[in-house]
Amino acid sequence: MINAVGREIPEEILKITGKEPYQGAKAKDNYAFTRGAAKIRAVVDPGRSKMVASIREVLEKCGIQDGMTISFHHHFREGDYVVNMVMEEIHKMGIRDLTICATSLGKAHDPIVPMIEDGTVTSLRSSGVRGKIGEAISSGKLKNLAVMCSHGGRVRAVESGEVHIDIAFIGAPTADEYGNLRANGGKSNCGVLSYAVADAEYADRVVAITDTLVPFPNVPASISMTKVDYVVVVDEIGNPAKIATGAAKPTTDMRKLRMAEYCTQVVVNTPYFKNGFSYQTGVGGASIASTISLTKIMEERGIRMGFGVGGLTTPMCSLLEKDLVDVLVDTQDFDLGAIESIQKHPDRHIEITASEYANPFNKGAYVNKLDYVILAALEVDVNFNCNVVVGSDGVITGAQGGHPDTAAGAKCTIVIAPLLQGRIPAVCTSVTTVTTPGESVDVIVTDYGIAINPRRPDLMEALKDTKLPICTIQELRDQAYAIVGEPQPVRFGDKVVGIIEARDGSVMDVVRQVKEFSFED
Amino acid sequence: MEIKKAAMAGTLESSDAQVTVEPGNGTIELSIESSVIHQFGKQIRATVLETLGRLEVASARVTVVDKGALDCTLKARVECAVYRSNDVTENLPWGGVIR
Amino acid sequence: MSHPNKKRLRRSMMFLNCQKPGLIKDPYIYKPDSIMLDLEDAVAENQKDAARYSLFHALQEIDYHGVERVVRINGLDTPHWKEDIRVCVAGGADVIRIAKTERARDVHTVEEHVLAAEKEFGRPEGSTLLMAALESCRGVLNALEVCESSDRLIGIALSGGDYTKDLQTVITGTGVELMGARQQMIIAARAAGVQCWDTVFTNLDAMDVFEEEVRMIRRMGFDGKSLVNPRQIDIVHKIFTPTQKEIIFAEKVVKEIDEKKALGIGVFTVDGKMIDIAFYDGAKRTISLAKASGVYEGDL
Repeated sequence: MINAVGREIPEEILKITGKEPYQGAKAKDNYAFTRGAAKIRAVVDPGRSKMVASIREVLEKCGIQDGMTISFHHHFREGDYVVNMVMEEIHKMGIRDLTICATSLGKAHDPIVPMIEDGTVTSLRSSGVRGKIGEAISSGKLKNLAVMCSHGGRVRAVESGEVHIDIAFIGAPTADEYGNLRANGGKSNCGVLSYAVADAEYADRVVAITDTLVPFPNVPASISMTKVDYVVVVDEIGNPAKIATGAAKPTTDMRKLRMAEYCTQVVVNTPYFKNGFSYQTGVGGASIASTISLTKIMEERGIRMGFGVGGLTTPMCSLLEKDLVDVLVDTQDFDLGAIESIQKHPDRHIEITASEYANPFNKGAYVNKLDYVILAALEVDVNFNCNVVVGSDGVITGAQGGHPDTAAGAKCTIVIAPLLQGRIPAVCTSVTTVTTPGESVDVIVTDYGIAINPRRPDLMEALKDTKLPICTIQELRDQAYAIVGEPQPVRFGDKVVGIIEARDGSVMDVVRQVKEFSFED
Repeated sequence: MEIKKAAMAGTLESSDAQVTVEPGNGTIELSIESSVIHQFGKQIRATVLETLGRLEVASARVTVVDKGALDCTLKARVECAVYRSNDVTENLPWGGVIR
Repeated sequence: MSHPNKKRLRRSMMFLNCQKPGLIKDPYIYKPDSIMLDLEDAVAENQKDAARYSLFHALQEIDYHGVERVVRINGLDTPHWKEDIRVCVAGGADVIRIAKTERARDVHTVEEHVLAAEKEFGRPEGSTLLMAALESCRGVLNALEVCESSDRLIGIALSGGDYTKDLQTVITGTGVELMGARQQMIIAARAAGVQCWDTVFTNLDAMDVFEEEVRMIRRMGFDGKSLVNPRQIDIVHKIFTPTQKEIIFAEKVVKEIDEKKALGIGVFTVDGKMIDIAFYDGAKRTISLAKASGVYEGDL
């Protein structure tokens, strides 16, 4: 069946997953449903300890068995040790057929690949995967379909009961013996625990893993003792150097600076740029540079931001330092500056949950209140569809993250991409895989020019008298193809190895098994 | 042109290609490795073969390690390697067989 | 008749290493007036041949969107320059930049080979322009002779690094060591009616010092500057673009002089300043610079 972004979704995939094809960004508005629920074991006896000596023991206490769904969060990013230490124990116990429901997985989790190959892990749901897990999925090694979901889409799946988590493992920078968990104050500070909150609420069993046990009560807690079954203390839950790096040095690459300047000019020349506007941006060099150049214009014109949303980095937090923003709402911290900021400004730099951030199936999330979001993409096509998950070699190598959520919510969604990455054009006729629908994407900023989605004549009008190099998206593509030649589409095998789940749970696209390149095809 | 000895041109930097030519046994043996093989593999091969054809190279082992080079760079690297294998650096046929 | 592009706008002339495909594929997105594709110092001695193939195909196949393509060739004291000239002319370079020029004879030598190459490759005779880099004390002292050496010569450029070595000093950042050369060269260039460009500024961490230097050379009369990084382009263009105040004044001067001339009046005032015919050319130049910079909206 052809869905609303023109992708053929095989009937068989719809049957296996019980899903519908994607029907449009607002197709599920007003959708009514009953929430999922966790099975709780009450802690009535004040004498009962939650402390457990080892991962092995806690797995046994939780009654781990074949076919269960276990979950992890990704606040430790590429510095995470929790996933591997839990999976290693599970593997030793000979458990099979597990579903991993992670908020995201990275290269740090390459050691999971043998467990995919031997059937320990047979299903996977994640915002994305990088490194060897991506290669394993794309080469067809995962028994069942991999589900790539957005941050909002994952929490939707958990809260709506589409996914039921049997055991949630929550790495916590600090914990007390009764399970009050905080993201700060330990050896592996990560600023916030936003993505773990729904897991704590909806999983049957909740295990906290920490390397810093602190006196009771550990408050204010990101995750309360009322949700936590057990606490395990280990030597290290992560590598602090890879959890949060120092603030990235502002880029000096003129190409990125130029795109940043274009992006800022788009922002300041559209009608939402006025006192109280809201803004979210990413961690790429051009995104960071555009935050810096936007800050300058805000100072010059005396315009304040109402709230900033993140995924935060130092330049966004320095808006708070300069008192140019009322409040920052935070789901993830990408550098030490952001972690310091949330510790320093508890009244104006606020931790929010993944559901508050981006869940399309609650009663309204922050993304719905965004004026601007600045995003990146691997590929954008002439229909403004974006791909942020599948690489130019056809292998899964990225994450949806909050891309589709913020794009769907924001009044003005700007995607920054250099027109050419080596020989690969970022603007093309048809993206390899659709992850964010073109109807949610308003402006594409490249180093060669800027294209505005024809669905937004209001933005075209607002920007027509600027000196910005505005052209059509087809012109950008043609310019790219004139330089590099017309790329051939990546050839895939027939087997579907994963789906790109839209944030409302429908199927945006499928990902097929990669096929080795042959000159004869 | 004859490939008189092994010669190489280009680098492994992004947007470049490293081309090696070695004496062959009567045919063109071409091996291509590319970071963009899926999208541009055929175009790379066609460009390399066309360039060798213009230079009248009929017997050679040619290895291309491509890092996303444009056609103009691929041609430049193939030509450079071929002329290097003949120790020719002057009075080149610009606009003739080099084009 | 001299070449139509001889006096085109050349505020920013950006060096690019011919040996780096990633650099030469799309520098036009930064909108410099000219790029200078380098076969000389940026290219390692054992890659001189490789750089030429890249240059040839870049000149032939890359659409530089109207940006002028200058090629810096190797010095006349090297084994490379003759083949450099052949490839430049065959590829259709707009301008050849002669390194280490010391006297008119150097320009004549290059000119002879360029003419021969234009014949060999069927290019119109005289189509390839030349510019001369002065990199030594002797070169600077012979600036006028170099400026007057050839119809093809569009101007002279200071090469500060080699020049200061010859002067037995270093680049200090204050400009004091380059003062004499800059003055001598701009005076010679204006006397001969050709253009003149300042040397590169390589400290990319000191953009404020760079900006000061650009302001200074503009005040001195230079036409532009050799650049090493695209981040420098916008700064040069900003400084070389006449202000609205300058444009309005120039416009009044041109109009008033045209009017008063008809009435037989020689001296009069504009905005309280004494003006006569001697202001006419300068005001015209301001208008044409404003036009070239895309900021002129008047009717002159």
